[in-house]
Amino acid sequence: MLQITNLHAGVDDKKILKGINLTINPGEVHAVMGPNGSGKSTLAAILAGRDGYDVTAGQVLYNGKDLLDMDPEVRAREGVFLAFQYPVEIPGVNSTYFLKAALNEVRKHKGEPELDAMEFLAVVKQKMKLLELNEDLLKRPVNEGFSGGEKKRNEIFQMAVLEPKLAILDETDSGLDIDALKIVAAGVNKLKRPDNAQLVITHYQRLLDYIIPDFVHVLYNGRIVRTGTKELALELEEKGYDWIIQHETVGA
Amino acid sequence: MSTATETIEEFVNKEYQYGFTTNVDTDKIAPGLSEDVVRLISAKKNEPKFMLDWRLKAYRHWLTMTEPKWQKAHYPPIDYQASIYYAAPKPKKVLGSLDEVDPEVLKTFDKLGISLNEQKRLTGVAVDAVVDSVSVATTFSKELAKQGIIFCSFTDAVQKHPELVEKYLGSVVPYTDNFFAALNAAVFSDGSFCYIPKGVRCPMELSTYFRINTANTGQFERTLIVAEEGAYVSYLEGCTAPMRDENQLHAAVVELVALGKKSEIKYSTVQNWYPGDKNGKGGIYNFVTKRGKCLGESSKISWTQVETGSAITWKYPSVILQGDNSFGEFYSVALTNNMQQADTGTKMIHIGKNTRSTIVSKGISAGRGQNSYRGLVKIMKNATGARNFSQCDSLLLGDKCGAHTFPYIEVKNTSSQVEHEASTSKIGEDQIFYCNQRGISTQDAVNMIVNGFCKEVFRELPMEFAVEAQKLLGVSLEGSVG
Repeated sequence: MLQITNLHAGVDDKKILKGINLTINPGEVHAVMGPNGSGKSTLAAILAGRDGYDVTAGQVLYNGKDLLDMDPEVRAREGVFLAFQYPVEIPGVNSTYFLKAALNEVRKHKGEPELDAMEFLAVVKQKMKLLELNEDLLKRPVNEGFSGGEKKRNEIFQMAVLEPKLAILDETDSGLDIDALKIVAAGVNKLKRPDNAQLVITHYQRLLDYIIPDFVHVLYNGRIVRTGTKELALELEEKGYDWIIQHETVGA
Repeated sequence: MSTATETIEEFVNKEYQYGFTTNVDTDKIAPGLSEDVVRLISAKKNEPKFMLDWRLKAYRHWLTMTEPKWQKAHYPPIDYQASIYYAAPKPKKVLGSLDEVDPEVLKTFDKLGISLNEQKRLTGVAVDAVVDSVSVATTFSKELAKQGIIFCSFTDAVQKHPELVEKYLGSVVPYTDNFFAALNAAVFSDGSFCYIPKGVRCPMELSTYFRINTANTGQFERTLIVAEEGAYVSYLEGCTAPMRDENQLHAAVVELVALGKKSEIKYSTVQNWYPGDKNGKGGIYNFVTKRGKCLGESSKISWTQVETGSAITWKYPSVILQGDNSFGEFYSVALTNNMQQADTGTKMIHIGKNTRSTIVSKGISAGRGQNSYRGLVKIMKNATGARNFSQCDSLLLGDKCGAHTFPYIEVKNTSSQVEHEASTSKIGEDQIFYCNQRGISTQDAVNMIVNGFCKEVFRELPMEFAVEAQKLLGVSLEGSVG
């Protein structure tokens, strides 16, 4: 589904990613962990198509197509979803209206008929239960006045409605208390299907207690320095990132 | 520059689509302004003596005044002698019905999407069409007359209802009021007149459509609306002009009189005068005085404006709240793009007891546009229990535009309550990227965000106008996003 080969990228003259290789197949859950500044969020931003990054080498294939060549809205319509670390507020734009517009863009792209307001509400009601979200949130402007936890839950709720093929969760656990974390993780798990994949980016192991990854990758200094199974995350938790970093320095 | 900024810019740069001119035979006088010109205009309109006297007093007063300079806009000095003060499409004969209007003029209005043919029109809107200095057609007049409603051109009103004109003309905006109001009083040539008798709820929207056609003319029209006790009217005003390299002056006066108890006047404007080109060449100077007086107890005047055109917009639709418990409202969306400048807002003058007013102003700046809100809330000593709520929000697109807020508040008693809220925000690249990441294109994202920003004002507009206004905003912003 996703094939990242030798990806080098940065901002201005600063090199951040220095040769990322990563393959994700349908049905898999991958976790990318790493200390602050290792390039985790940059990777998410580049995959989603955020402005301001220069890709200097390598390629990213998404279902055989050149992902980096697509506009961000096209990537989204093709099924790439980013759950933002810091979801922005859009004052005055009603959440329901926004999400309906988004879903209909995706449907149009797939050649499916657009949903009218009634059909859309039926979809929404069903998905809201998944995230234990209060329906009032949908009547408010996008993310405006939402608590940190509500914003994160709203991201996963949007993911539930849009049904992406590849969901990238950028530090979705940050700022969540343990109860909210459980709800979000349960929501993500319910969305897992044999034909979609998840890329979970996190600093801490604790999210992985609830979202069980098939693969764990450790990102350090712009490269994946270690790949393993969920046990690797536990080992990291125990020994800290320094353990990997030392290894890395010695190995280099 | 990021792609978001580029898109904002593309979005703003779409061309003005009403910039054509119509070839009709025009009866116009030589450029220049003098007492003789004032007499000539009055004579051409076959006016009674009181009108000429009033015009002459206004002209003489105007001569003693100097052009105000306090607005936050820059423009070269206006040469008042270079302008033409009277231009009219030449009728073949006296107009008896629409069939006698020059077909070219009818075509013009069709092109603008305003059909003057009553059968073809949306039912529910009566139109007075003003080209350059005169009204060319008024629809549904006869129908409205059955209910006692007078809706006609100002010229007709002077001929047929001189007593009403004499009584109310200048009663809200006297010719001494300001420089442009004095100039208008001296040379105004037409406009709309509307009188709603006691207890009548006007069954359709009344509207005036203004079109400047002839080069070098100024448009000076006057609208006067009077509502008796318990009467209600909703009035719409629209305007366009051809694209010309020189600036043209539009100095109109609108007077609203909510005369009787519980009378109500709702006045909506969608202003789309030619804004000039990207570099600021040409465009209309829209220097207008609009004011309403709530004389009746519990009467109400509501202004709603969507200002997207003109090189410079300078106006403050105001309400004098004289009757006890009377209510004034002002809802405004002002958009400035490219080199446009707007200095607009309102004045709410509370005189009666328990008078209330609401001000909601939304300023959108894009390109190099400069947008100022200037508003006065004045609560007099006897206006006990008066209340005002003001909200002024500014939205910036791009980083070369400006938004300014100048609220003035004067309260002369202790039982009144005044609230003012203001905010300034920017359409951020983060917001646009967020929308993109959900599959929404940048253009749609900007439209969505701008419309969301203006929602409180749009919902005050009559239905068809609200749709129109949203579209207009989209067109005016095209190319502005980046």
